[in-house]
Amino acid sequence: MSEVIHVSVDADGIATLLFDRKDNVMNVMDMKFMTELETAVKQVAGDDAIKGAIITSGKPVFAAGADLKDMEAAQERNQNLPLAERLKQNASLSMLLRRMETCGKPVVCAVNGIAMGGGTEIALACHYRVVADNKSIKLGLPEVQVGLLPGAGGTQRVVRLVGVQASAPVLLEGAALSPEKALKMGLIHKVVPQEQLMAEARRWILEEGDPVQPWDKKGFKVPGGAGAMAPAVGQMMVVSNAMIQAKTFHNMPAPKAILSCLYEGAFLPMDKALQVEAKYFTLLNMDPVSRNMIRTLFINKGNADKLMHRPEGVAKTVYQKIGVVGAGLMGAGVAYSCAKLGIDVVLIDRDQAAAEKGKAYSSKRLEKDIAKGRMTRDKADVILARIHPTIDYAALADVEIVVEAVFEDRGLKADITRKLEAVLPRQAVIASNTSALPITELAEAGQRPENVIGLHFFSPVERMPLVEVICGKKTSAETLARALDLVGQMKKTPIVVNDGPGFFTSRFIGAYVNESLSMVTEGVKPALIENAARMAGIPVGPLTVSDEIGLDVAYHGGMQRKKDAGAGFKATPTFLLVEKLVGELGRHGRKNGKGFFEYAADGSKKLWAGLAESYPLLPTQPTVDEVKARMLYSQLVDAAKAMAEGVLLDPADGDVGSILGVGFPAYLGGPFSMMDTIGIDKVVAECDRLAAAYGEQFAPPQLLRDMAGKGQTFYGATRITPPALSKA
Amino acid sequence: MTEVFIYDHVRTPRGRGKADGGLHEITPIQLAAQMLEALRDRSQLDTRLVEDVILGCVVPVGEQGGNVGRIAALVADYANSVPGIQINRYCGSGLEAVNFAAAKVGSGQVDLAIGGGVESMSRVPMGSDGGAMALDPQVAFKMYFTMQGVSADLLSTLCGFSREQCDAFAVESQKRAAAAWAKGYFSKSVVPVRDILGLPVLERDETIRPEVTLESLAAMKPSFLDMGIQYGFDGVALQKYPEVEAIQHMHHAGNSSGIVDGASAVLIGNKEIGARLGLKPRARIRSTVTVGSEPTLMLDAPSIASLKALKKAGMSVADIGLWELNEAFSSVVLCLMQRLDVPHDRINVNGGAIAMGHPLGATGGMLIGTLLDEMERRNVGTGLVSLCEAAGMGTSTIIELV
Repeated sequence: MSEVIHVSVDADGIATLLFDRKDNVMNVMDMKFMTELETAVKQVAGDDAIKGAIITSGKPVFAAGADLKDMEAAQERNQNLPLAERLKQNASLSMLLRRMETCGKPVVCAVNGIAMGGGTEIALACHYRVVADNKSIKLGLPEVQVGLLPGAGGTQRVVRLVGVQASAPVLLEGAALSPEKALKMGLIHKVVPQEQLMAEARRWILEEGDPVQPWDKKGFKVPGGAGAMAPAVGQMMVVSNAMIQAKTFHNMPAPKAILSCLYEGAFLPMDKALQVEAKYFTLLNMDPVSRNMIRTLFINKGNADKLMHRPEGVAKTVYQKIGVVGAGLMGAGVAYSCAKLGIDVVLIDRDQAAAEKGKAYSSKRLEKDIAKGRMTRDKADVILARIHPTIDYAALADVEIVVEAVFEDRGLKADITRKLEAVLPRQAVIASNTSALPITELAEAGQRPENVIGLHFFSPVERMPLVEVICGKKTSAETLARALDLVGQMKKTPIVVNDGPGFFTSRFIGAYVNESLSMVTEGVKPALIENAARMAGIPVGPLTVSDEIGLDVAYHGGMQRKKDAGAGFKATPTFLLVEKLVGELGRHGRKNGKGFFEYAADGSKKLWAGLAESYPLLPTQPTVDEVKARMLYSQLVDAAKAMAEGVLLDPADGDVGSILGVGFPAYLGGPFSMMDTIGIDKVVAECDRLAAAYGEQFAPPQLLRDMAGKGQTFYGATRITPPALSKA
Repeated sequence: MTEVFIYDHVRTPRGRGKADGGLHEITPIQLAAQMLEALRDRSQLDTRLVEDVILGCVVPVGEQGGNVGRIAALVADYANSVPGIQINRYCGSGLEAVNFAAAKVGSGQVDLAIGGGVESMSRVPMGSDGGAMALDPQVAFKMYFTMQGVSADLLSTLCGFSREQCDAFAVESQKRAAAAWAKGYFSKSVVPVRDILGLPVLERDETIRPEVTLESLAAMKPSFLDMGIQYGFDGVALQKYPEVEAIQHMHHAGNSSGIVDGASAVLIGNKEIGARLGLKPRARIRSTVTVGSEPTLMLDAPSIASLKALKKAGMSVADIGLWELNEAFSSVVLCLMQRLDVPHDRINVNGGAIAMGHPLGATGGMLIGTLLDEMERRNVGTGLVSLCEAAGMGTSTIIELV
């Protein structure tokens, strides 16, 4: 009995291979799929009554591709498998599709739904590819986005269909293609109305039905040529090699492997080419980068999007209307994001002009979209009409949640909390958008601390995918659930953390910036610091970040800490650096055209040479690897401390938050994935070395030492129970 | 080790390496064969005594593919017994061919050999031979391959040279080359190239522009700026040199070597063969060295090779009276001058490739001849010739008058 591929043969001798899993709502491509496809292909090849076959799907999504969760688990499971065996496993679908393509009978793929990844690879292995004219259908090979390549012949069939040059973007960017685009490129043969899909597939088998792929015909040539001696290929490879290196800093193995598949594979006969592709796939599959990217960007982000921390038993809230107090950059961004999704927003500021200005933020962005043809005037008007700028708190009488996004000042925020409590319904949630102020303390300002929670949005709100949700000591489960409902409704990814100085993301990026600025004070070349950060995979260097945020902001923060600490204040080298730059030299960062960089009128910038007068350069500069180690390990230690202190509920929150929120390198999978990859014992040893050389900021928390002693990890079979949960 | 002598040398004039260039109609085999004929006729050589013809060629494909050394010898009507070989040390090939010939003589394996080179850049464009270094992702990534022009700009940046310094060096190269031609310094060794009727098609180097000034060069846009930034070559190089904030792009067609066609040949032998043939040795080869250096920076090996060659000869920088260093880019020569403290009036005194062009595989054989002629003219006892090479190599040879 088939459960995955259902074969039926009609009177004309045309077999339909219906991909329709009875054991899963999604057409996942796993071992069972391969077994049944193998049986079906054998039947098509061996039964003389069968003239040809049509593969199509019985589900709205043609194929869901490989099961990434299973793949991630297999990466752990297969660690000790002999290399030849891993290669065999990894090549099995590729070999099966090759047997299908050379079975001697014409095979048509009738694509009736989304076919990203594995689905596109099945289609490419068919002799004729017809796709329904349906806007929801996307084809494409997005494997590169999780550190892999399409290993079931995808690289080799695409290059043989469209040539080396045209296939590079398809494979290196992994973009989704509409049926029209795929047709234009030559990846598929025909697009027909949905209802004619099967008829066209049958017509082709009966009228044309060539069972030999172009690349298996004598005299076949890859369009544009293949190999080092084809001039167009040569030029393209030289430039692609440089651009990929410049972009990925040797941190991402997948784009390089894909380029090699194009360079080496396109030159070979198909069977050899598929072996080469399978070998490069195996290299990527064994690389921690793909495992870390799959775990963090797919599995853990997916769990976060499903609101994994949402307390059970609280009814789901769907917001029709919310309040936003403070119409500055953050408040205006929240209002815009919500209005776009159909939520009415009462936007409050201290005067009407300020509130209107917050609304103008939305109209400015909408006008841009209209100018680019991405938005119609009518739709924009509807969105704008949802934002109600006012100074009247009474307008909040019927909202269930308010995002408070006023200036980061404890007194002001406390005042707003009291004002809100006066007008809001009894159960309404007050969500404070803050990047560092303690939520517990803010909550205590009012009468209903259980209704107060932190929602740390990132700027620009409409583009940044993360929201850090901060639970104060008294925040109730209902409040958490309802705050998460808003985040989910805004289509953002939430992480949930407990209150603590800098929560998670702010302290985490702070550790890196602080360590980087310490290096400046020691006389490490600023260019080396900036380049090392980018080589580590951090999108923006620490001196650039400091200038962009504003050195004056760091200065005022430092002054506040000095005041708070009183006589016990100890000035760090970083504090003194910022004090000198801002207090003495008036260098506030980009905003006044001078910070670590000098900013020219034409928008260009150059590192400020005068810095070396105050901080003479070390005669012997550290290696770039040492600079990178200080940047990354300062963050590893900080993440481990946040875990030990109970700020983080789960390593997944730390990993997802670090990448989506504050630009930690995606290829490392986040600090916890990175520590698991390195090995906790090695992390501890490196922290000890760095602490001895550079200071206590690298001293690992006891948690890490305990884990190293017990051979524990953050993920997998030997994973720890996060301290935040064991305390609870 | 047997003493090795240079008995004679010839070169073609250098023709603009384009479709309208003076040597474009001449096949590379003809360029090389005509130099072998000239060498034979000038010394009235019995070619049966030549035991190898070693020719450098950097893009040895198409009509200069196969083995251009053996084929050119046969086309030049050398005896069937004369073998030939083509070698590729990138831009140092011509000098390396001389060094290989010298090594064969010095080791006693042969008595008489020819080293030199040929490149028809107008007929076989650079890059026609592919090459894993730039093309194969596994290799390009491993090497942090970047464009040679970006390497030249990186070298300038690291050494602290300004655009004006590079341009001033180029202006001087043009002036010196023009003056040397005007005074006939090259006429002794430049052999006109002839067409199939035997008529001369080119008698002088074609690309010299004595009218060039600092002002006219200042107008030129850096050639590698766009490639460096848009195509990522700067980004690749900076990963090897992360202490550099940004590469300062300053090289352009006016302060880099020109693309030209040409060939060269140098007659190398021991003392006995010279006496037997009645030839007067003109110079002794004192030491020959090739070294590798960091391949992304690529162009700083000449000073390293030169120091090593000096050490092997038991000499110091001060012992060298005249220097010839291939002007691949201004920064290459400026860098050696800075590192070894060589004054400008002792190096490339008759101009260089910025003015006269750089026919890749042939240049080394040309430079050793230019150096020797000038040493004789000035009666300077010792000279050093050097070239930088792709993938981070450099070759240096020290010669002295007999």
